Amino acid sequence: MLDDFFARAMLAGLGIAAVAGPLGSFVVWRRMAYFGDATAHAAILGVAVSLAFQISIYAGTTLVAAAMAVTISGLVTRGQSMDTMLGVLSHSALAIGLVAISFVPQARSDLSAYLFGDILAVGRGDLALIWAGAAGVLALLAWRWQRLLTASLNEELAMAAGIDPRVERLLLSIALAVVVALSIRVVGSLLISAMLIVPAAAARGLSRSPERMVGNAVLIAALAVMGGLTASLYLDTPAGPSIITAAAGFFALSQVFRRA
Amino acid sequence: MTALIQARGLTILRPGGSETVLQGVDFQIRPREIVTVVGPNGSGKSSLVRALLGHMPLAAGQVERRPGLRIGYVPQRVQVDTTIPMTVRRFLSLPRRVSDRDAARALARTGVEGVEARQLTQLSGGQFQRVLLARALLHDPQLLVLDEPTQGLDQPGIVAFYKLIEEVRHQTGAAILMVSHDLLVVMRASDRVICLNGHVCCEGTPQHVSSAPEYRALFGAEAEGTLALYRHHHDHDHDHSHDHHHHAGAH
Repeated sequence: MLDDFFARAMLAGLGIAAVAGPLGSFVVWRRMAYFGDATAHAAILGVAVSLAFQISIYAGTTLVAAAMAVTISGLVTRGQSMDTMLGVLSHSALAIGLVAISFVPQARSDLSAYLFGDILAVGRGDLALIWAGAAGVLALLAWRWQRLLTASLNEELAMAAGIDPRVERLLLSIALAVVVALSIRVVGSLLISAMLIVPAAAARGLSRSPERMVGNAVLIAALAVMGGLTASLYLDTPAGPSIITAAAGFFALSQVFRRA
Repeated sequence: MTALIQARGLTILRPGGSETVLQGVDFQIRPREIVTVVGPNGSGKSSLVRALLGHMPLAAGQVERRPGLRIGYVPQRVQVDTTIPMTVRRFLSLPRRVSDRDAARALARTGVEGVEARQLTQLSGGQFQRVLLARALLHDPQLLVLDEPTQGLDQPGIVAFYKLIEEVRHQTGAAILMVSHDLLVVMRASDRVICLNGHVCCEGTPQHVSSAPEYRALFGAEAEGTLALYRHHHDHDHDHSHDHHHHAGAH
């Protein structure tokens, strides 16, 4: 089955869906949408760095995305006005990444693969990395679940229970960087934060507890992957954007059937 | 030590600045005591509470908490984001999971039995404050810390909430430290009042504080109301001069 490019694409997408559900829920709960954008855009710079230094794309993008995420979370801790700062960082990271990548000849030709993903070109090695990385992030989230949830709900309540919100924020930032790196081949730098936010936002209206929301987000993300990939095969549309389009469709439906 | 929390010479700076929020504040609270901190906005009330809990860096001074002290805390203005779906029952299990029976008992004790399945965002202001109090009571605290617990409640709600606090003290024997704006009600409910404005302006029994010139200078007309309350209820107490050595603070 793994010999078939479509099956590999499907499995890669489902691996991302499994981790985008819970992590995307935290992005929604903590109002980190712009934060996700900035981290994802930094991935393009990560690609340029990886190609220039001839290291693995996954390692390079994880490092650069993590540096961006940790920088932002440090700024949040110091309580600066975030809206403008995130806008500056997010778009600058993208622009600098695009400029940097233009100096790397072999990357210019497949720039769109990094911007929008190239899920149909996912190999066995990519697949193994995506699932291993997803499992690692899921294990981290499961281990810290009660703490992460308390810190996301209210930092004062978390501190009173002996939880340091800065630690939880840092862990989420690192998890985000890993997921950004894993997703770059699947949906591309520009649409990673959509993959995180759209299924979780769709799940919000259908869920009465945080755990249900995570479950629903995973389900919606998985359906979006299956629907989007299948559609892209028959309609010959780009795979990553098709997946997000399907997720957006689920979001629209969820607004009609809101419960809570 | 007999005190649950003992603090000496607390000095706290505004975050990222050199301006002091609190200067040289001494504080203690003993078992079963109800202590209320009053003061105008920006007087450092919440900073004091957060420093006592260890949530805030100190520029000077020290805080000693009795080892193993169990504290139940209701922070100021808890805003629950509507983006997080959260039932009352699930909320009570954060971060430590509790049994259904303990959850139900805590909710009953604060007068909101049966709301387990409700979303936090669907509760009224008064119900939400009671749920927060129930959560603070879950792990059998020796000290309850309530920062502006009646914010957003109407007058009957405020009176009912303080009645509940007294009942809780009576039932559990927990000491209670409150920060409050509700001068009139607080004066009746407290054993000791600390009037704060960057330093301790005055401190002592409610009767004492309500007649202290520092308190009246800070609260003006509203202070007259609490003084009238005590004139009315405690006329016979008022000639006593033994209270007056309580005047404290660095002027």
